[in-house]
Amino acid sequence: MRFMLLFSRQGKLRLQKWYTATAERDKKKMVRELMQVVLARKPKMCSFLEWRDLKIVYKRYASLYFCCAVEEQDNELITLEVIHRFVELLDKYFGSVCELDIIFNFEKAYFILDEFLMGGEIQDTSKKGVLKAIEQADLLQEGVWGGGV
Amino acid sequence: MALKIVKGSIDRMFDKNLQDLVRGIRNHKEDEAKYISTCIDEIKQELKQDNIAVKANAVCKLTYLQMLGYDVSWAAFNIVEVMSSSKFTYKRIGYLAASQCFHEGTDVIMLTTNQIRKDLSSPNQYDTGVALTGLSCFVTPDLARDLANDIMTLMSHTKPYIRKKAVLIMYKVFLKYPESLRPAFPRLKEKLEDPDPGVQSAAVNVICELARRNPKNYLSLAPLFFKLMTSSTNNWVLIKIIKLFGALTPLEPRLGKKLIEPLTNLIHSTSAMSLLYECVNTVIAVLISLSSGMPNHSASIQLCVQKLRILIEDSDQNLKYLGLLAMSKILKTHPKSVQSHKDLILQCLDDKDESIRLRALDLLYGMVSKKNLMEIVKKLMLHVDKAEGTTYRDELLTKIIDICSQSNYQYITNFEWYISILVELTRLEGTRHGHLIASQMLDVAIRVKAIRAFAVAQMAMLLDNAHLLTGNMQRNGICEVLYAAAWICGEFSEHLEDPNQTLEAMLRPKVATLPGHIQAVYVQNAAKLFATVLRKHEGATDSQAAQETSQLLVERLPLFVQSANLEVQERASCILQLVKYIQKLQQKDVEVAEEVSALFAGELNPVAPKAQKKVPVPEGLDLDAWINEPPSESESEDEKPKAVFAKEETKHSRPRHTEVDEKELARRREARKQEQANNPFYIKSSPSSQKVYQDAPGVEHIPVVQIDLSVPLKVPGMPMSDQYLKLEEERRQKEKAEKKKKEKKKKREKHGKGKKHDSGPESEEDITPAHHVDIVTEEMPENALPSDDDDKDPNDPHKALDIDLDKPLADTEKLPVRTHRSEPLKSPGEDGDVESVPQEPKKRSSKEKKEKKKDKDKDRKVCQLDFSVRRITDSNKNGCYLETKWVVYTHLWAVYDIQGNLQDGSQVVVSVIFENKSDSFLKSMEFNVLDSLNSKLQRPEGAGPHDGLVVPFQLPPGVSNEARFIFSVQSIVMPQKLKGTLTFIVKSEDSSTHEKLDFKLHFTCTSYLITTPCYSDAYAKLLESGDLKSSSLRLEGVNMPFHHLLARICFHHHFSVVERIDSCASMYSRSIQGHHVCLLVKTADQTVSIDAKCDEPSLLGNVLDEIKQTFSQC
Repeated sequence: MRFMLLFSRQGKLRLQKWYTATAERDKKKMVRELMQVVLARKPKMCSFLEWRDLKIVYKRYASLYFCCAVEEQDNELITLEVIHRFVELLDKYFGSVCELDIIFNFEKAYFILDEFLMGGEIQDTSKKGVLKAIEQADLLQEGVWGGGV
Repeated sequence: MALKIVKGSIDRMFDKNLQDLVRGIRNHKEDEAKYISTCIDEIKQELKQDNIAVKANAVCKLTYLQMLGYDVSWAAFNIVEVMSSSKFTYKRIGYLAASQCFHEGTDVIMLTTNQIRKDLSSPNQYDTGVALTGLSCFVTPDLARDLANDIMTLMSHTKPYIRKKAVLIMYKVFLKYPESLRPAFPRLKEKLEDPDPGVQSAAVNVICELARRNPKNYLSLAPLFFKLMTSSTNNWVLIKIIKLFGALTPLEPRLGKKLIEPLTNLIHSTSAMSLLYECVNTVIAVLISLSSGMPNHSASIQLCVQKLRILIEDSDQNLKYLGLLAMSKILKTHPKSVQSHKDLILQCLDDKDESIRLRALDLLYGMVSKKNLMEIVKKLMLHVDKAEGTTYRDELLTKIIDICSQSNYQYITNFEWYISILVELTRLEGTRHGHLIASQMLDVAIRVKAIRAFAVAQMAMLLDNAHLLTGNMQRNGICEVLYAAAWICGEFSEHLEDPNQTLEAMLRPKVATLPGHIQAVYVQNAAKLFATVLRKHEGATDSQAAQETSQLLVERLPLFVQSANLEVQERASCILQLVKYIQKLQQKDVEVAEEVSALFAGELNPVAPKAQKKVPVPEGLDLDAWINEPPSESESEDEKPKAVFAKEETKHSRPRHTEVDEKELARRREARKQEQANNPFYIKSSPSSQKVYQDAPGVEHIPVVQIDLSVPLKVPGMPMSDQYLKLEEERRQKEKAEKKKKEKKKKREKHGKGKKHDSGPESEEDITPAHHVDIVTEEMPENALPSDDDDKDPNDPHKALDIDLDKPLADTEKLPVRTHRSEPLKSPGEDGDVESVPQEPKKRSSKEKKEKKKDKDKDRKVCQLDFSVRRITDSNKNGCYLETKWVVYTHLWAVYDIQGNLQDGSQVVVSVIFENKSDSFLKSMEFNVLDSLNSKLQRPEGAGPHDGLVVPFQLPPGVSNEARFIFSVQSIVMPQKLKGTLTFIVKSEDSSTHEKLDFKLHFTCTSYLITTPCYSDAYAKLLESGDLKSSSLRLEGVNMPFHHLLARICFHHHFSVVERIDSCASMYSRSIQGHHVCLLVKTADQTVSIDAKCDEPSLLGNVLDEIKQTFSQC
């Protein structure tokens, strides 16, 4: 996977994760371009599109678009599955997640994503494993907060 | 201290935290930018405080702002500070910020190496985890090299949580630092059988990703993966493994045979669509690779097609899309099995989703046959009419043309039909593909001779109705069609029914609004038509009409002579003068038609697009040789020296460059204006080109012609392609009937052109073309060179990972381990300089390790010898490219030099002079080099990658000869050494022995440089461009005259002197890949300082090292 983006219906970026080094300017350009393309698509259309030399797999959950760029040979359906799994993880963690959760706790959302995917590859295929790791890391964090202040 | 902490936390209460920031941004929708700039100011204040909690909070906010698109690179150092906090909370935020903001160019990354190493070895697994996660986003080649060993250790960590992450990050490390792949691979392989399923799947992921890029190195893992595939139940892992097999089977067909069965089982049994889809894809890939060897897999293909049909019929758009996508893969090898689903695919053309329609279009491309082409195209034409968006319509248009023109118009039986389709397509408004239609028209008209009359008639009609096409001239791409129409009418004007009318149409005043290049074609072809018209009239001895035609041209052409487009203007004025002259002749009743036609006589044949490229270079023509000797450098000597290195500016006082005051400047400006005014070639800046136009004399004489505004609503006489469809059907019916008749009355004679075959049900071959079609093949030059066109992307990062993994690890291959306070690591090219090792043959094989130690002892000896040889060659050969290294053996001396090839940035030529020093005859010499990733010996086609090259001569005693070997190199920024062997047979009177000689070829960076002269102004411009990175070098205790020093640099390092002033000189050289290398050499008191600039810092560094070495040896 090359990168993952989360953006709202209004075209506001909510999360971005790049798995290959990309210059800041190119990132912005790609995000803008891609948001336009994806937002222009009608709800009945399929979730895949070919864009530059990449395949874009996206899915809309409520007001949020989850959008992944994968390579030519990658399996589109499994990428959809990855997106879905990520949403499930967010859902479990925040308890029926909504866009605001991600806006206000964007660092948490990143932590979950980092625990689930690393370098664009799936790290752990079990939901439980990911959540357990996050919980424990959070516990550690809470402890530090408590002791530190 | 305690007070400080308390104070810090009190401050913090008043700081904004992330939530406040987000809320604030949401509340300031109107003046977001202003609000954020105040926030950034606050953050800057917060970052100045000592309290790490405050800093972390600030960094967290910055990360959020970074996502919104604000530049936060200025805070990179603060991010590092937060990363190095000992508290996990802050560390986590620091690493997150780093992973979002850092990239390879971030300079503070260098500072993080030790911190990351510390975190990697932290007792807290989450510290390690967070460091690994962060690293996976911003790993650079340097970090990869320095940390590879640490990460490799983590792969065997006790906790699966860490193992898993370490395994995954290795992939990123391999990409950045390919040398680590071989040492780390055995351990990675172990992880495939890790007890923890997470680690196992991580290892599968990494190996699959690696193998997909360079499958051949991973074939040996096939059995292991096969076992995993049959045992694993994890669909995520299965998909990866199956994908890997898809990549492996093309290399090993036997694997494919073995795979078919488990895969078909999976297809039958699985309920997961993603797995099913992957299996189908891999089965297709397997069958494609097997298609030559094993024809009998129709059952599997049938199964795949069946499953895909289910996908396509599914109501889920995603499955539909993927089904079509996979179908198109089958189409390539098994078109028959797909063609039976034509109905389904045509249905998909009506789908609401454009991406599905496009996929269906792709499929249609492969499904056409002679039989159904017209029908399919008709359907597509209907869609063209219906299509709402221009993009989809354009796509349809290109597809129609693709489908029809594929494999040299193989499926077109009736070209009249095709021409009329093209003409119909011209009615599309606002398409971008006018040029595509135009080129098809040209191609068909030129190559299908039989169609010319028809094509010309159609084109004449187009020209006549040009106003219909060109509603909005400038933005409308369709007017390109007129380009083709005009050319076809002109070139094949003998087929025109009424050339006079077409001529008139081409000279209408409205033509002047067409783009320039089209007007130019109009003008030129008007002349061709003129010739035809004259001929016709003179043939009919109608001199009156002929003169009228000339008059027409004389009247209309001045409009084009006024054109702003140079091409149009030039052609028009030439032709106008010609016509005027003809008019004069006509008035004297001289027959001119023959002469005028002669201007355009001769047939133009189509030329293949690559024909020119394939013209072989004639023997004896050296394209690199100077036609005139390049001007010597001394000429530029007396020019005023320019300061080329910025910092030198003050030192070199330039006597001529005096301060210029305002007055002087004004005076000069005035003088320049004066000069420009008198210079007819100077184009003054004017607000618009039209103004210039009006100023020009003679504008009043432009004839104003009445524009005929009566526009017919329908293009008269345009053929409808549908008619052809009907006609064609009738024709086929008739042919069939005729054939049947013929069968009955066999004695009846054959009739009808192009009839080929006998009876049988209507098959492909049965359909005969309506015209006798002769598709002229494109011309190629004589003895054209075959050239392969596949050029791989040299920038692909995966290319460097094409490494043989089955070879046992050598001692030298170790990951760099940094011990405490060690010296900085050497880059691969920096290690000790072992040139070549004369060796006793036959002894080597067994005790390699010991030998290596011995080698080192020999070095010194070797080096001494090296000098003697170098001197010999220096005096022998005047060539300046002597990069002399050598190989000595009792029987054989060899001297080599490496020379870059300027035309090909990826080639160097190594010429080796072999000299037989023995009394025996040397023969069957074979030269072989162990290729590295970067440099490869070019071997003849068909030779394996390890085969040697036969030296094309034998050496009698005392004789020397030269052989040349071409190497392809990818990167030239690092020096390199290649190991090689030379085997030969020593034949004396009574015996012959087989000998082997090991050597090393040292490709220094210098050898990639080519002496290139450079003029001082170009040189100054180059330096001013600011694209070059600088570096410098100091040499102490050099006592030789300055010109000797320069000569030495020129000679050994392929530089040329740009200019020299006293004890200071600027020098230039260029690499075969076009890097510029500039030097400024200064000397004072035995100290030489060299300031250097180059657009490739590592190349520069290496060249400087080599220069240093050259001087350290003297």
